[in-house]
Amino acid sequence: MRKPTAALAGALALALLATSCSGAGQTEGGGVGDLDVSTGVTDDTVVIGTHQPLTGPASAGYLSISQGATAMFDYINAQGGVHGRRIDYRVQDDVYDPTQTIEVTQELVMGEEIFAMLGGLGTPTHSKVVDYLNEEGVPDVFVSSGALMWNNPEEYPLTYGYQVDYTKEAKILGQYVAENFPDAKVGYFYQNDDVGTDSQAGLDQYLADMVVSDQRYEATAPEAVATQIAALKEDGADLVVCACIPSFTALGVLNAAGQDYHPQWVVSSIGSDVPTLKNLLREFGESDELPVEAMLNGMITSGYLPATNMEDDPWTRFYQEVHEEYGAEGELTNTTIYGMVQATMFARALKAAGPEPTRQGLVDALESMEWNGPGVVPFASSADDHGGYAGALINQYVAEGDEEGLEELQGPMVTDREGGDITEGAFDRATPEEYDFHD
Amino acid sequence: MASSLRRKQAPAAATARASARRGPAGLWNSLPVLPRHLLAALAALALVAVLTSVTDGLTALRVANVGYYLLAVAGLQLLVGFSGQISLGNGAFMFIGAYTTALMVLYTPMAPLAVVMLAAVAAGCLAGMLVGAATARLHGPYLAGATLALAVGLPAVALRFPDLLGGSNGLFFSLRGAPPALSGLVSDSQWKALVVWFVVLLALVVLATTSRGRLGRRMRAIRDDEAAAATAGIPVGRTKVVAFVISAGCGSLAGACQAYLLGTATPSSFTLALSLSLLAALVLGGLGSLWGALWGALALVYLELAGEELAHAMGLGSNVANNAPVVFFGVILIVIVMAWPLGVQGALSRLGRSLRGR
Amino acid sequence: MNHFIDLTLNGIANGAIYAALGLSLVIIYQATRVVNFAQPALALIAVYLAYAVYLATGSYWTGFAVALASGTLMGVLAERLLIRPVHGRSPLSAIIVTLGLLLALQGAAGMVWGNGDYSFPYPMDFRGRFSPAGAFGLGAVAVVTLLLFALYRFTPLGLRMRAAALHPESARLSGVRVGLMLTAGWGIASAIGALAGMLAAPPFLSPNALDAVFVYGIAAAVLGGLESPFGAVAGGLLLGVGLSYVSGYAGPELTTLAALAILVVVLSVRPDGLFTRPVARKV
Repeated sequence: MRKPTAALAGALALALLATSCSGAGQTEGGGVGDLDVSTGVTDDTVVIGTHQPLTGPASAGYLSISQGATAMFDYINAQGGVHGRRIDYRVQDDVYDPTQTIEVTQELVMGEEIFAMLGGLGTPTHSKVVDYLNEEGVPDVFVSSGALMWNNPEEYPLTYGYQVDYTKEAKILGQYVAENFPDAKVGYFYQNDDVGTDSQAGLDQYLADMVVSDQRYEATAPEAVATQIAALKEDGADLVVCACIPSFTALGVLNAAGQDYHPQWVVSSIGSDVPTLKNLLREFGESDELPVEAMLNGMITSGYLPATNMEDDPWTRFYQEVHEEYGAEGELTNTTIYGMVQATMFARALKAAGPEPTRQGLVDALESMEWNGPGVVPFASSADDHGGYAGALINQYVAEGDEEGLEELQGPMVTDREGGDITEGAFDRATPEEYDFHD
Repeated sequence: MASSLRRKQAPAAATARASARRGPAGLWNSLPVLPRHLLAALAALALVAVLTSVTDGLTALRVANVGYYLLAVAGLQLLVGFSGQISLGNGAFMFIGAYTTALMVLYTPMAPLAVVMLAAVAAGCLAGMLVGAATARLHGPYLAGATLALAVGLPAVALRFPDLLGGSNGLFFSLRGAPPALSGLVSDSQWKALVVWFVVLLALVVLATTSRGRLGRRMRAIRDDEAAAATAGIPVGRTKVVAFVISAGCGSLAGACQAYLLGTATPSSFTLALSLSLLAALVLGGLGSLWGALWGALALVYLELAGEELAHAMGLGSNVANNAPVVFFGVILIVIVMAWPLGVQGALSRLGRSLRGR
Repeated sequence: MNHFIDLTLNGIANGAIYAALGLSLVIIYQATRVVNFAQPALALIAVYLAYAVYLATGSYWTGFAVALASGTLMGVLAERLLIRPVHGRSPLSAIIVTLGLLLALQGAAGMVWGNGDYSFPYPMDFRGRFSPAGAFGLGAVAVVTLLLFALYRFTPLGLRMRAAALHPESARLSGVRVGLMLTAGWGIASAIGALAGMLAAPPFLSPNALDAVFVYGIAAAVLGGLESPFGAVAGGLLLGVGLSYVSGYAGPELTTLAALAILVVVLSVRPDGLFTRPVARKV
């Protein structure tokens, strides 16, 4: 038996050598596919697609993004669509597993022949299809992630960021804390991946000397949060900056309340969706001793989109109406709005691409667009900046008695991801009525 | 079950001897094992080539997916079906293969694919040796528990060394597609499907030949009765470890094929769900035969798609539709195991026998 | 020092949950020689039912009772409808059937209740260094263990169950209804599983809420020895505390790897777990 096996192993090696004589990792940079095409566009529809976690552990936090986008497209289609075409938004479940992201993306591109990818969700997932989408010439619009890599027009000319990147946002939060809480003992509580490291890179520019405790959590180990919060308390942190997904903000806040620990919470946008947090904490705020509002009261957050608690914001009111008529069950959350804004902006770009849209037309429309909403900070999709939302404003959640709302502490600021200054980013924001995403 | 397997094989061997006296089948059966396996592999490769050339890139991708799952399940077949050791952790070996490939492609881009794949096999075999040696004394459910911890624990290594292994975002890279000379003839995805199947089939030939040989007989003896095997002078411990080594090598090579095909290695791809699916596919396809691995791999790739199609066709609500594929897979698993104890392959060979019997 | 105490207390609280699930696996293994992979899914459905009842009635303890009752019922049904037909086949058949049930039930939970997170209450006040909720978990596991001990040691039912599991043929000859005893084992185990689910689910309930607990529960059972209920409890607590130290001192990303290491080290010294008395096994 020994001999044939050895011979076989040799044959295997030789045959493999023959299949590829040059290095497996040596590739020529892939060009961009032909863009003067209208794949997915028919006389009455435009097919677009996205990959989202609809099942599995990650789905709980992100389901409502595609639900929000679906509701918004339903609204737009009911208004007659864009240039008379209804938008057919196809959502594929990738379970947040990159191998499945690759498969469903190929299915969307080759099988369903989408015109563009809208808001593909997640850094580990979407990073695996960026090359493919660019090579195939599929516009890869408004990626649902705050990673830094989407803004790279030279390498990925068809990929456009959306969410403010984690470092920019953290710089703005860091500066605000340094200026307004100069004596604070700062504790970091962040996710053990690029959300954490990119955020920390921004925060450290302003807060490095003030940090007394540094705790990272693993998204698969919620049972350890209790001791992480205990460590923050032990180290004397009186201000905790949290770069977390909502369920871990909620776990952090809950455990702090449980340990009679009341730091000033400063939470970046991804984890500060107040309606979601209130929902998660609902059962623990039943008692009068510890209402949910009191647990969250005073939380400082950064944001770049209209939020549910901005009752006077015309876009918030508009999305509330769309949600009531077309949305999924449950109340409107900021995660839902996240998807609705993506849909709104895509429809607007598609409208600007003209009555006979091609992929090149969409790209041109994006790169020449002067964005003036629905977000509350400037948005970049120019030829040399695909960064998406360029900064953030800072709010505080305030709840007194039956009143609750967001108080603006600092207006829109913009910055870069390196060591550049933070500057004001005021701009004229259009109302939904002025926004011509439908005829 | 073991005895029923033996019952099954005895008449099969008899029919093989009987058919040796007849026509072309006789000629085929008179060939030595190795050339026979090589010819079959060649035919299979030709089939894949035809299949991928008449279909689109998406089908090519799925055909390639079937390929590496086939290899992973076949490796598990050797371990579970032949040597009787239950592993819930073979996804961990795929993890090793995928990361070996990723690291080599990123840090030694000059290395030819063959070297990369052989390195993945070597890394997998090494891991298999360690795991096999550490678990050689464990039996049944204890081995299952330890390998389950392996499936869950090992991918955490990537989180521990984010600079080298990319943390939870994993590694991604691009790989050479079709050689320039063939660029007009085959697309990259068709080429990659062919390469994957080439590798898989070569490995399967090794597996099939091994399992027919002395090692295979020893494994089956241990599976059927460990004490008797030991009395008969079979080195039980070493044979068990060897089974783990081969199985891990196959798993690792499957992971390498996946990484080659998709250009990614990410911890969240190598979940417990993957390891459990491999075992489920194995039992579904049929224990004790490498053909079973093929049916299992097909089920892994196409059952979920079928579930999606079904949910889509029935126009179900989103909560129901989203979860339909996994429920569908679970129900099929229960039904098949209860209806056909020997899996799809068992049912097919019974069907074949009853047809020939008439 | 404070940190050490926090880690220990949190480890004990988590360990009690692993112990409860481990316990339910051990009972089933003792009864039918099957590692029931569907246990967390049965528990999950029981917890969702409890949640629905809790929402409808406003009473946590009514929900709690419903969880235990529905857990028992599902365990009985699973044994009768799915496990009995594959009894006597290879252990793999049963494993795969329970795996199929796991997938189907977890998916079914998502179908009915959606894949989102629900806020799920603790049985008691969760506040404090070692909170009443944590103490309740530990106490519940202690009580269950004592009850099991009493059941097996002092009651005719327990005696028959043990006889049916260990020597089915002679038990049958002495008039024990072996099948009924196996079903009883599954029912009791699934009630304990549902208890584990009720302890593990807070604060957030989703179809994947019990995934991690499931892995550590199996690890606890294997660690302690699948033949020994006490072993499962000890294994669970050991694992809970050990992982808490690893997470606190070395990093939370290492917990799963540490579970692997603990398991490999313990099993390489004692291949049948910590608390299984070594016996000459008949092959």
